[in-house]
Amino acid sequence: MAEGEKPTSLKDLDERLRAARNSRTGTAKGDSGKGRGEQGGLGTALRVGVDLVAALGVGVGIGLLLDYWLGTKPWLLIVFFLLGAAAGFLNVFRVASGYGLAAGYKKPGDEDVKDKD
Amino acid sequence: MASPLEQFEIHPIIPLQVGGVDISFTNSSLYMVITLVLIAGFMMLGMRHRALVPNRFQCAVELSYEFIANLLRDTIGNEGRKYFPFVFTVFMFVLFGNLLGMTPYSFTFTSHIVVTFGLAIVIFIGVTILGFAKHGIHFFSFFLPPGTPLPMWPLLIPIEVISYLSRPISLSVRLFANMLAGHTLLKVIAGFIAMLGVFGIVPFAFVVVLTGLEILIAFLQAYVFTILTCLYINDALHLH
Repeated sequence: MAEGEKPTSLKDLDERLRAARNSRTGTAKGDSGKGRGEQGGLGTALRVGVDLVAALGVGVGIGLLLDYWLGTKPWLLIVFFLLGAAAGFLNVFRVASGYGLAAGYKKPGDEDVKDKD
Repeated sequence: MASPLEQFEIHPIIPLQVGGVDISFTNSSLYMVITLVLIAGFMMLGMRHRALVPNRFQCAVELSYEFIANLLRDTIGNEGRKYFPFVFTVFMFVLFGNLLGMTPYSFTFTSHIVVTFGLAIVIFIGVTILGFAKHGIHFFSFFLPPGTPLPMWPLLIPIEVISYLSRPISLSVRLFANMLAGHTLLKVIAGFIAMLGVFGIVPFAFVVVLTGLEILIAFLQAYVFTILTCLYINDALHLH
């Protein structure tokens, strides 16, 4: 008896799988930036420090290299140190407020979501 | 007593020199090969039966598959499915490398900046090529946030470029520093056990707790590495 029922239950399962998959692909379209803020505190904390320092390091590196090539000893290093620091803060800002957005510019309607959590 | 940094030393197992370049098969390479064999074994043995009702082993394989599939769907959306093989490979390689390093007497290849930077630069260059292939010259608008007033351009463009260039560095340094610091700390505290005699029970308890924490970090860092890869792919596909 149980074996006779098996094919129908498999077909049923197949239909349910297809329905579930369709509903998922339907919802996933459009809201591509959804899971961004759901990383948890520890993951975010580990990211912030390195992001800050890495941009500063890149800035200093570019400054030193350009100084070496152009012979403008300390000036470009100073400029790129400041730019690197700014980029570092921009990185931290992005970690805190969602990736892919520039400082000060948010997608319309995004503020309400951020204020709630 | 052995130095706590001795565990990170690289020894050639099969010395090889090609055109003056040292390409020896080292203990680092050996552990990478072991990682690949373990991943392949895990996937193939787990999916051997392909049962409709999975056993525990198959469950673990399906769990890791669904974890990455959901991550891709949440961060990139449906276009992200194309990149599943790459993202899954990166995740499994880093995760198994981290976990393999947690077994005693083993070598942690993810604690070497060369390995993590190699992974990160491949991701960085790949994502940049992807952005150019998808958007052509329009990709440069990535460095200019929409709605920026003209006087701000000379200031914002260098900042955005530096921020973009810092990606492979922060990606690689994060993983490398976490693994290096964790494993050094474990060895340092383990060294106190022998020194303190009977009172060594205190650092021993510490080591037990830290081992648990290190396993958490192993998972977490593999996860962070993967989710950042996904976010970078997403940025290249959608720009701002």
